[in-house]
Amino acid sequence: MSIRGKTAIVGVAESDLGEVGPGFTPLDLIGQATNRALADAGLEKGDVDGLFSASVYYQMPTLSVGEYLGIRPRYSDATMMGGSSFVSHLLHAASAIEAGLCEVALITYASTQLSEGGFRGVSDPPDLYETPYRPRYPVSMYALAASRHMYEYGTTREQLAQVAVAAREWAKLNPKAFMRDDLTIEDVLASRMVSSPLSILDCCLVTDGGGALLVTSPERAKDLRRPPVYLLGAGEAHWHRNISQMPDLTVTAAADSGRRAYEMAGVGPEDADVAMLYDAFTINPILFLEDLGFCEKGEGGAFVEGGRIAPGGELAVNTNGGGLSYNHPGMYGLLLLIEAVRQLRGECGERQVEDACVALAHGNGGVLSSQVTAVLGTESVP
Amino acid sequence: MGELSQDVTSAPAITFRRYLENGKLGYQHCADCSAAFFYPRVLCPVCGSGALEWRESAGRGTVYATTAVHSRNRDPRNVVLVDLDEGFRMMSQVEGVPAEEVEIGTRVRFEVRQGDEPVAVFVRERS
Repeated sequence: MSIRGKTAIVGVAESDLGEVGPGFTPLDLIGQATNRALADAGLEKGDVDGLFSASVYYQMPTLSVGEYLGIRPRYSDATMMGGSSFVSHLLHAASAIEAGLCEVALITYASTQLSEGGFRGVSDPPDLYETPYRPRYPVSMYALAASRHMYEYGTTREQLAQVAVAAREWAKLNPKAFMRDDLTIEDVLASRMVSSPLSILDCCLVTDGGGALLVTSPERAKDLRRPPVYLLGAGEAHWHRNISQMPDLTVTAAADSGRRAYEMAGVGPEDADVAMLYDAFTINPILFLEDLGFCEKGEGGAFVEGGRIAPGGELAVNTNGGGLSYNHPGMYGLLLLIEAVRQLRGECGERQVEDACVALAHGNGGVLSSQVTAVLGTESVP
Repeated sequence: MGELSQDVTSAPAITFRRYLENGKLGYQHCADCSAAFFYPRVLCPVCGSGALEWRESAGRGTVYATTAVHSRNRDPRNVVLVDLDEGFRMMSQVEGVPAEEVEIGTRVRFEVRQGDEPVAVFVRERS
């Protein structure tokens, strides 16, 4: 049995983004986003019977969210594997809906880290075998992967910088993006080094923000306000938690999650009109372009050169400006799903990809640890 | 090897620490599938066997990946992943060399940095 096309995303919304100001809690932003997503879909809060959330604030996130919103779900899933969690939630929600365990699923998340003073990460106990060396979590782990990719494949800092510049070019077309001023390769190369080879402009933003997404059956979707965006395929994979346990630092578990998603969807990377590739750091899209089959292993650096993933390039990647220039509220996977949906609805204004029918949304979590891929499509995709 | 190698009753982390306190780098070897692995566990992450032996590493390895972590008003410090010749990988630091000069492929040798807690570090192997 496949869940291909058995569910549709019918409502999406962001909360307020950027720096929301003192006093707001993540639950306040979740409330904003949920109200907006319900209005977007034409659904009522009382319609929601499946609840999905993850958090670095709340240890029992669906309980906190359910209580705040006044939702009593009959299906509740707080899967937590970092920034990819929400793409995972989409897969899990589709399974639950198809199994009849819920009918309208709400996936929601928010963070107010910037208004609280800065990055807020997970609070695992210290790792006995990594903490003594004081890597800066998580940037040093991604830096290690970047160092190895450079060593094996000759990837350069200029190529990493191309990813940041492309993201900024897209962000300039998105009124909601946090960073919209000019950015050059030279700016990235000259910016403060954080954990070599990654400088501060190779790193995602630290912002407030959140979102909400509503999923239901195609039958239910027919009567709602927006054109449904169908989940055609999804796959998840994780091979490690700590970077020292990652078998090959140049190959992520996206190779598995992508294959699973493509097989279910019956499409391949060549069919994707838009690719949302979780860009916590500039090395990420390079790895994911390779592991998701857009180019061969080792060719990701060359692939992003010459504005190929920027507006007007061959492949539209991270059209909202990504975690690098649009928004990164600690975990970003929900926001990239929202952008994929909007592209398929044709709502993206200046940054709209023409006739976008298939979107790939890829989430990453931990330290290149969890990888979850979703393939979304419009009604026109057979 | 000696008495350290047959310790199956204490917690893996405690056995590892006892090796370090004795100036040695301990790791585990699976008696069933012969995998060498790190960090220490109670079962083999390759085959699942509980038949594990502690072994002492010769302490020779190669830098697999490296980063220099920058901080304001301080010299950068390096963080590396080292592939030990016995076939396991661990995070560590290469001491005695500026952080940015640690290169992938460099041969390194294990040492213990004694302090409040003994820590496994590496130095460059003399060529």
